[in-house]
Amino acid sequence: MTRPRRDPTRWLVSLPPTLFLLAFFLAPALLMVLASFRHPGEFGGLAPLLVDGKPQLTLETYRFFFGDWIYAEVFLRSFIVAALTTLFCLLLAYPLALTIARSSARRRDLLVLLVILPFASNFLIRVYAWIILLGPPHLLYTTFAVIAGMVYVHLPFMILPLYTNLEKHDPTLLEAAQDLGADAWTRFWRITFPLSLPGIWAGTALVFIPVLGMFAIPELLGGTGDILIGNLIKEQFLDNRDWPLGSTLSLLLTVAVLALAGLSVWAGRARRGGI
Amino acid sequence: MPILELRRITRCFGPLKAADDVSLSIEAGEFFTLLGPSGCGKTTLLRMIAGFDEPDAGELLLDGRPLSGIPPEKRPVHTVFQSYALFPHMSVAQNVAFPLRMAGKPEAEIRRLLAETLELVHLSDKARHFPHELSGGQKQRVALARGLINKPRLLLLDEPLGALDAKLREQMERELVALQREVGITFVFVTHSQQEALALSQRIAVMNEGRVEQVGSPEQIYRIPRNRFVADFIGTINLLPVEVLAATHGRLHLRVAGLGEIIAVPPGESALPVAGEHGHFALRPEQLRVSTHGEVRELHNHFSGTLRDTLYRGDVTVYKVELDNGVMLEALLTNSAPLRAKSFAPGDAVTVGWRHDSGVFLHD
Repeated sequence: MTRPRRDPTRWLVSLPPTLFLLAFFLAPALLMVLASFRHPGEFGGLAPLLVDGKPQLTLETYRFFFGDWIYAEVFLRSFIVAALTTLFCLLLAYPLALTIARSSARRRDLLVLLVILPFASNFLIRVYAWIILLGPPHLLYTTFAVIAGMVYVHLPFMILPLYTNLEKHDPTLLEAAQDLGADAWTRFWRITFPLSLPGIWAGTALVFIPVLGMFAIPELLGGTGDILIGNLIKEQFLDNRDWPLGSTLSLLLTVAVLALAGLSVWAGRARRGGI
Repeated sequence: MPILELRRITRCFGPLKAADDVSLSIEAGEFFTLLGPSGCGKTTLLRMIAGFDEPDAGELLLDGRPLSGIPPEKRPVHTVFQSYALFPHMSVAQNVAFPLRMAGKPEAEIRRLLAETLELVHLSDKARHFPHELSGGQKQRVALARGLINKPRLLLLDEPLGALDAKLREQMERELVALQREVGITFVFVTHSQQEALALSQRIAVMNEGRVEQVGSPEQIYRIPRNRFVADFIGTINLLPVEVLAATHGRLHLRVAGLGEIIAVPPGESALPVAGEHGHFALRPEQLRVSTHGEVRELHNHFSGTLRDTLYRGDVTVYKVELDNGVMLEALLTNSAPLRAKSFAPGDAVTVGWRHDSGVFLHD
């Protein structure tokens, strides 16, 4: 065994993106953590951090959050909407991704292009199109409208990772399974589905997390009862100008998502083994 | 009754005939090999036996019953794929037990057969490993175990040794033969390697362009090739253009163009050609003797020529001799004999000879 040589170019290449992420992702995230413990400014923004050389920190926003059920309720509703959106995306995307992955190479490129095509038009215009569509059947401003809009907007983010995964499957595995006695249903559940789990997880993350933060769709398509965390956060920053509360809500959302991700990784590990 | 019978199977892909009126019968317990160059149709035959493809014409019979219309999952025929096709998300045990689960065997029986089969392929200690943790030879054994565990009527093997390096391949060849004897299951083996075919098989069908050129034991195929394709494809062969002068009492008198007459005693089972027929006389390199001193002149069949080239291979040396009529012959001499090796050099005048019972006459 030879030890891999330390290559200085590797560091040089990864330095710019690292610096970029440190400056524009990690630093703001830390500032947000700090902001959640600060007082709101008199006219919006934040109150001065130091008064007479003493740091002005408070747990007020957290007390506020945990003191009122309404926030927990919005959180819960948001997670339910995100979960439903993810589920519907998965149910719609899986057959589509499988069809694309199993069609001829030329058809495949065309179909992938069609999946990406909606991105060519503006997101808001597409949501307004849904307003026009959902208006006449009186479905506008309902939870159904919110979820339909969410599914529509996020569907490509489920299709693409699934397709990328399914396209790499070795067709010989299915032949082997069939040869050894597995019917079509069994082949799917024993071979295709378990092998596509990484694609499902990637798609789930790409749909579930953005849906949690989405505020435009509930605002445009949903009713008054369809407020999600995204709306709540946006309101704190843009309407109420309560930056500390907005920061707290964002932070708690991040923590909740990370906890969920950790839980699923742990559950995935625990399931392995056996005959 | 043969376990598997192919009756006049034809299968076309566009203008290409992958199987052209193929008839074969394979006996129970046999190690049968389909041998041929790539594209000769051997894999197509295998896929039709497995059920992944159906013939355009002809019939396949397993234990006397037609197979047509029965999907692969319902045929008591399992395949070992060239790429092994192990399920990457399943452990060795899960992979090997897969056919039993599909057959709905009870848990106790699965455990018993699994332990037994893993033992058979020396993988008992790898049961909990995943395919990506195994070496090429181990993967190969998992694929074999998975194919054998549910005791299929036939095990089809599609170039299963192709991905292994030379040393490992030889070891696996031995294991494969031993395994087949032990389990007694009929093996249908597909390969393009004549060495593999000769070493493993009880019978070989040599295929070319969708047709079966010859079926026989490895020795028959090697010693008595039926035509030029088989002679050429199996090992190295020297071909002398000849004309039949007479064929009497099991003896052939042949005239080699530009050289002279030879006598041949063809092997009993081949039909004698008739006088006046043209063809080629085929000789294996190891059937030839070469000398500078003329010892080979005691043999009736001998011609003089010039040594053009030698190739030292350690155990043997290959000599290229140009006969006086311009035909090149290849002779193979073992290096144990004291007189060989250094005594020859390119440019030497030599005599090449062979025994009466060496070589076969091939029709054009």
